[in-house]
Amino acid sequence: MSTAVAQKKGFGAFMWDYLTTVDHKKIAHLYLVAGGLFFLLGGLEAMIIRIQLIKPDNEFISAGLYNEMITMHGTTMIFLAAMPLLFALMNAVVPLQIGARDVAFPFLNSLGFWLFFFGGLILNFSWFMGGAPDAGWTAYAPLSTTSPTHGVDFYVMGLQISGAGTLIGGINFLVTIVNMRAPGMSYMRMPLFTWTVFVTSTLILFAFPALTVGLFLMMFDRMFGSVFFDVASGGNVIIWEHLFWIFGHPEVYILILPVFGVFSEVFSTFSKKRLFGYSAMVFATVLIGFLGFMVWAHHMFTTGMGPVANSIFAVTTMAIAVPTGIKIFNWLFTMWGGTIRMTTAMLWSVAFIPTFTIGGMTGVMLAAAAADYQYHDTYFVVAHFHYVIVGGVVFGIFAALHYWWPKMFGKVLNEKLGKWAFWPFFIGFHLTFFIQHFLGLMGMPRRYWKFLDGQGLDTGNLISTIGAFFMALGVIIFLWNVIYTAMKEPKASADPFDGRTLEWSIPSPPPFYNFKQTPLVRGLDALWIEKSEGKKAMTPAEPLGDIHMPYGSIIPFVMSFGLFIAGFGFIYQVDNPVWLSLVFIGMGITLGSMFVRSVKDDLGYHIHKEDLEKGDGQV
Amino acid sequence: MSNEDILNPKQMPHEPEKATLEGKNKFLGFWFFLGGETVLFASLFGTYLALNDSTAGGPGTEELFGLELVFVMTMLLLTSSLTSVYAMYHMKNNNFSKMMVWLGVTVALGFTFLGFEIYEFYHYIHEYEFTFRSSALGSAFYTLVGFHGGHVLFGLLWILTLMGRNAKRGLNLYNAPKFYIASLYWHFIDVVWVFIFTVVYLMGKVG
Amino acid sequence: MAKDTNSTHNEFEKAEHKQEMQHQVISFVMMIIFTIAAFALVVSDVSKYFTIPIILLLAVVQVVFQLYYFMHMKNKDHEMPALMIYGGIAVAFMTILTFTTIIWW
Repeated sequence: MSTAVAQKKGFGAFMWDYLTTVDHKKIAHLYLVAGGLFFLLGGLEAMIIRIQLIKPDNEFISAGLYNEMITMHGTTMIFLAAMPLLFALMNAVVPLQIGARDVAFPFLNSLGFWLFFFGGLILNFSWFMGGAPDAGWTAYAPLSTTSPTHGVDFYVMGLQISGAGTLIGGINFLVTIVNMRAPGMSYMRMPLFTWTVFVTSTLILFAFPALTVGLFLMMFDRMFGSVFFDVASGGNVIIWEHLFWIFGHPEVYILILPVFGVFSEVFSTFSKKRLFGYSAMVFATVLIGFLGFMVWAHHMFTTGMGPVANSIFAVTTMAIAVPTGIKIFNWLFTMWGGTIRMTTAMLWSVAFIPTFTIGGMTGVMLAAAAADYQYHDTYFVVAHFHYVIVGGVVFGIFAALHYWWPKMFGKVLNEKLGKWAFWPFFIGFHLTFFIQHFLGLMGMPRRYWKFLDGQGLDTGNLISTIGAFFMALGVIIFLWNVIYTAMKEPKASADPFDGRTLEWSIPSPPPFYNFKQTPLVRGLDALWIEKSEGKKAMTPAEPLGDIHMPYGSIIPFVMSFGLFIAGFGFIYQVDNPVWLSLVFIGMGITLGSMFVRSVKDDLGYHIHKEDLEKGDGQV
Repeated sequence: MSNEDILNPKQMPHEPEKATLEGKNKFLGFWFFLGGETVLFASLFGTYLALNDSTAGGPGTEELFGLELVFVMTMLLLTSSLTSVYAMYHMKNNNFSKMMVWLGVTVALGFTFLGFEIYEFYHYIHEYEFTFRSSALGSAFYTLVGFHGGHVLFGLLWILTLMGRNAKRGLNLYNAPKFYIASLYWHFIDVVWVFIFTVVYLMGKVG
Repeated sequence: MAKDTNSTHNEFEKAEHKQEMQHQVISFVMMIIFTIAAFALVVSDVSKYFTIPIILLLAVVQVVFQLYYFMHMKNKDHEMPALMIYGGIAVAFMTILTFTTIIWW
């Protein structure tokens, strides 16, 4: 059932295998490929933005297209690149780290991916169907409700569908972590990555419904004539801003927490030390998750909420610096006195610390509500959030990919090329964004199509654009590394980095049932405990027996495809009610496949003990 | 042991809905989903509360709402919550036919509720010209109450599908969790309605 | 259907279920009474500064009955469900507080 076998069966069988898979490791591949493609697309949009801003009064692209570029860059990077790439890591690693054979809901796991994928497709179809959304990734009303093209409609439908997928994924990981841990793995023995995924999934559960409602209101206003955001009929535009940020601020913690987990794993492994202050790290993660829900209005300091509300949200925002600081120091102390190996994964992680600290510091500056009136909507804000999102999330994803690549694909990424990719990206990143702090302080507003000559903004913008090209070079070298590794590198061993956690106790890549026998966990860093006692493998917690596995299914794909069809119907029925037929067809497909799923039993099958013994774990 | 044997034990366990790992997962996952639904409805309630004075010259809540209808609807839904409790009681005692009867009563009550709701909307639209588009209050009202109504409809179709699918084969460890979470969903619908009749109708009447 | 009349264990369970059912019927009666009380209060034209807090309180108590008795949150193995429901309630509370206080107009 492995990829290699499927390829021998031919391309059609290979595709069918991936379309119907419910195996979390293959779903991880799907998320990685789809998220990676959207990441390249978002990167391309970023390059176009930077080329437009390379010199004053540039005419590279038109103002309208520029608005579409910035909107699509933000939306794509957050929803279609960062989120799925993190889901790729979660899928690839969490079940292995907790010693599980599968996730709690394999079917829903697949559904979550396909919903995200078709949502992303809808959003990007807008480019070819009359124009992309152009109201910024925040889509503030009334700018978004009055935008004349169908662009914002694509935004609404695309995010609604992919958001549903994310919510499903979040619930799946929550239940997986609560119910499927191996014997002996108590909560306080879970690897930190699993902990951060747990907290992140909780945030997804509570944050995404607010976006769902916001998008529904926007959809009703734009497509069905309701007046939520129409002031003339008593509507109130600030409702959208609140709903968006009640979702949107937890969203940034949804993005950053899993990579905090990644860094914790990487620092600990490559320093050959137990993570310093494990329980403080868990506590800080939970605290960040908790505080993350009380800070959203700091995006709205200048909307006139009044001094009381502004002060409350300023204080809660600054409070988040405390648990984040705890984490930074714990990572430093983990490295302190350790046997440090500067691998590529470690390089990205070490680079993250100063970068993210700069982003955190500007965050506290922005949290000061009075000062924020100066910074608001300038490039200072742009610099700030790129320092935390690129310096945090993207660095983290690169670190994680280098660290877990052997577990996902069975080969260690080439170290030399890895470092060659790191340096241009790292230098380019700081070139691009450090200068933007100063551009912002000099008064350059964000989202503007042009800037004028003679205002002292020329050099800064030129440097910024040059930096962007370095970043692009880094990404290209990374892609080359992926191809090179697939062609030239030898097969990796089960444990190429001398790891500490359970995923390194099974072959790379693991068999489709992960663990032949569920391992017995005797403490934090379960594999390391066994190693330090001179054992080569985990002690099994059960005798060798039959393994229950779920069947694959095409239904998730069909279900999501139905919503994809219906999405176009919803968007175009405004022009002509005939399009409503697409809504009925699409919803019919979706509800029909839900019905089929409900009435058709899916009991799964058993791998027999004898086959396991014969195959010796290699299937 | 085959799947069939595992799912049809000689003696039904104490809590058939949580006897298998799949059952435990469904149980927990559905509760978590309800946690998310809480936020979804809170966002809708918040929107409604922010807009409940925005009549744009049209009728306001005091003028519109009639408490008699709402009272009847409330009683219907509350009772249907009790009948689904009875259904789960019989499920735990492994009495499949009685469980089906009580689920049937639940569904009947649910459809009656939905009928009243449709009549209510029709009434507002034709007597008062109070529509989804006429004012921000209208948009917020129909969205909040309509979302609840949509949940009721989905719940009814869900329970009917489960009943139809399992009518012939009776209770086993594969479908027990399905019945159980459908009843959880039904209770949650009632929880939301308690706040709707209090916050929308009663508070709307008090002004 | 399995014929399971043999064990006393089973009789014990049945009795247990019956007792639980009694509690549920009692909570149902209470819910009906609370509902009638809330409607009566609104119809009887008392000051709204008295009525609104009381009917909200009645609603909350009703919901507690629903959650703890009808949905069995009082039983064991409901720690995680309770955690997530209370998490949801906390976010819900903040959302509604926001929409009733700092939304201008």
